[in-house]
Amino acid sequence: MSHRLRRGVPKPRLRAARVVAGLLATGLLLSACTGPAAEPKVTAPAAAPVESGPLKVAVITHGTAGDAFWNVVKNGAEQAGKDLGVQVEYASDGDPGAQAKLIDNAVAQQIGGLVVSMANPEALQPSIEAAVRAGIPVITINSGEDKSAAYGALTHVGQNESIAGQEAGKKFKDLGKKKLLCVIHEAGNIGQAQRCDGAKAGFGGDVQTLQVDISNPTDAESRIRGAVQTDPSIDAVLTLNSQVAARAVSAIKSVGSKAQVGTFDLNSDVVAAIKSGDVLFAVDQQQYEQGYLPVMFLKLYRDNANIVGGGKPVLTGPDLVDKSTVDKVGQYVQRGTR
Amino acid sequence: MTTLDERLVKPTLMDRLVVRPEIGALLGAAVVFLFFSLVTEKFFSASGAATWLDDAATLGIMAVAVSLLMIGGEFDLSAGVMTASTSLVTAILATEAGWNVWLALLASLVFALVVGAFNGWLVMKTGLPSFIVTLGTFLALQGLNLGVTRLVTGTVQVSGMRSTDGYASAGFVFASTVNIGGTPFQISIVWWIGVTAVAAWLLSRTRFGNWIFAVGGSAASSRAVGVPVVRTKILLFMGTALAAWLVGSINILRFASVQANQGIGLEFQYIIAAVIGGCLLTGGYGSAVGAAIGALIFGMARQGIVFAGWDSDWFMLFLGIMLLAAVLVNNAFRRRAERVRR
Repeated sequence: MSHRLRRGVPKPRLRAARVVAGLLATGLLLSACTGPAAEPKVTAPAAAPVESGPLKVAVITHGTAGDAFWNVVKNGAEQAGKDLGVQVEYASDGDPGAQAKLIDNAVAQQIGGLVVSMANPEALQPSIEAAVRAGIPVITINSGEDKSAAYGALTHVGQNESIAGQEAGKKFKDLGKKKLLCVIHEAGNIGQAQRCDGAKAGFGGDVQTLQVDISNPTDAESRIRGAVQTDPSIDAVLTLNSQVAARAVSAIKSVGSKAQVGTFDLNSDVVAAIKSGDVLFAVDQQQYEQGYLPVMFLKLYRDNANIVGGGKPVLTGPDLVDKSTVDKVGQYVQRGTR
Repeated sequence: MTTLDERLVKPTLMDRLVVRPEIGALLGAAVVFLFFSLVTEKFFSASGAATWLDDAATLGIMAVAVSLLMIGGEFDLSAGVMTASTSLVTAILATEAGWNVWLALLASLVFALVVGAFNGWLVMKTGLPSFIVTLGTFLALQGLNLGVTRLVTGTVQVSGMRSTDGYASAGFVFASTVNIGGTPFQISIVWWIGVTAVAAWLLSRTRFGNWIFAVGGSAASSRAVGVPVVRTKILLFMGTALAAWLVGSINILRFASVQANQGIGLEFQYIIAAVIGGCLLTGGYGSAVGAAIGALIFGMARQGIVFAGWDSDWFMLFLGIMLLAAVLVNNAFRRRAERVRR
């Protein structure tokens, strides 16, 4: 409503009256509102009627586009769609608000099933509960295990982050390491904090954490380099993602530190690094299953009202891959399924 | 028969329309809307509209404030992170210090206004481009967000807002839903419309609005004719901070939790929404309504791509092409408008 030319100004009193009228109208609108606290309690999802035709499932994750880990989840979901004749649509956004809007979007499309990863459960709560109220069966994956049932999801498919962290910490301890650096690459992800805390518990010794930015590999590498340079007593580095693991390996090599790397998640670099001994082990949470299984579970639920897991999460990991098992697993990493 | 002076000729309706900065955005919005309504099933339905309006609303609130600042000839790159900072201040005070939510909101409002005033003051004091100054503020806030959050909570997200004092009443104002025909619409849409109306009124009907155009057009000339340049620009920076506080409040009350790394990168979305709406990067020209429509295009495109079920790998490519197309349409219109003016 503006350009450079000024037109006549209306009389101020008239203007005030307009503003008051506007405020009144807003007040009237507000009186027809529902506050967020006044939402009805979530009940168990109504049994979805058995429909014929293809089931349509939306998979909505918090991975950033182009993340190697989430690509495997996507492959798993799409393969399950092909195998079972289910129409799978994958969408992702790292910002919890935007992810919530993607869920609303899926609900508006009246899909037959919803798969969600909950890195930030509270932010997604209203959207997930709305989906449950709309009669859409929901399965949570990867993170947000403890909130899954409370929000009305059928089951949770994932890895318990603390258990996985403990396993990694214990492995380092068994290898006789004394000081561990845990590298966090997503500042807002609660699961990563849990992994490092788990590693602390399993390791039992001196553990430090370091923040790096996953979307800026150069910066990640130089920060890890700085950390092992300033503290030569660090003899173990735990990274939480395969891309960061590769950065950690080259950082350590460049300064000739004695530290050795263990990592979460696999990719072909990690496989090669395990073969060559640069990386000791990888904690694989077999995320392919986190894409594949929920699609299968949702189909079972629709066609046969089956629920999997008996009220407990379905665990896909941890599976520790080291020199003894790396050859077999390596082939599957190549094709993007592990 | 004497020919009239061109200033006395009544312009035709077409000419009058075509010189408005928001006309290109309006056409772009119509095209995007029609496209997705035809291509997808659910885009043009009540629940579909609720989804893309919701997406556009918080972006729109920011885009409108940023458009005023851009008409005033400045940038604010700290606007995106500011939405997270205000959320964090509110959340930490409410959940960790046990304050009433309203009091925490007031504190984060003061915080936002102080940072906004600081941005403006530093830009005016140093004469450095605001692009540089606010880039510094952006990085500083990003670090502050993460550092303070970890220091206070020991983790990277603050949650637990739903069990704080005064959450229900604050949530009612900032994060409730309005039922229209059985479909819940987010209250943020109402805020967006309100902010747009106020900004449009400011620009076209007040002395301050004239000052905004003047300082954006030429700071030196406006100073010469007695426009308070420093005050105007500082107020504009405080305006974007105020809008960031509003969006931060809407987010924290709706999502009940906030991540320390939220809001990064959004500042460019605000700028592109304003530019789609007809603002120039050089200042002195633009429109608040246009910025709101720019945000609408953004929201419709973002959710429409999902409705269309296109492969998400290409999402950003679609979005980029769409936004470029919108800006190009705009540019063509502005050229034409300038021809009309001559």
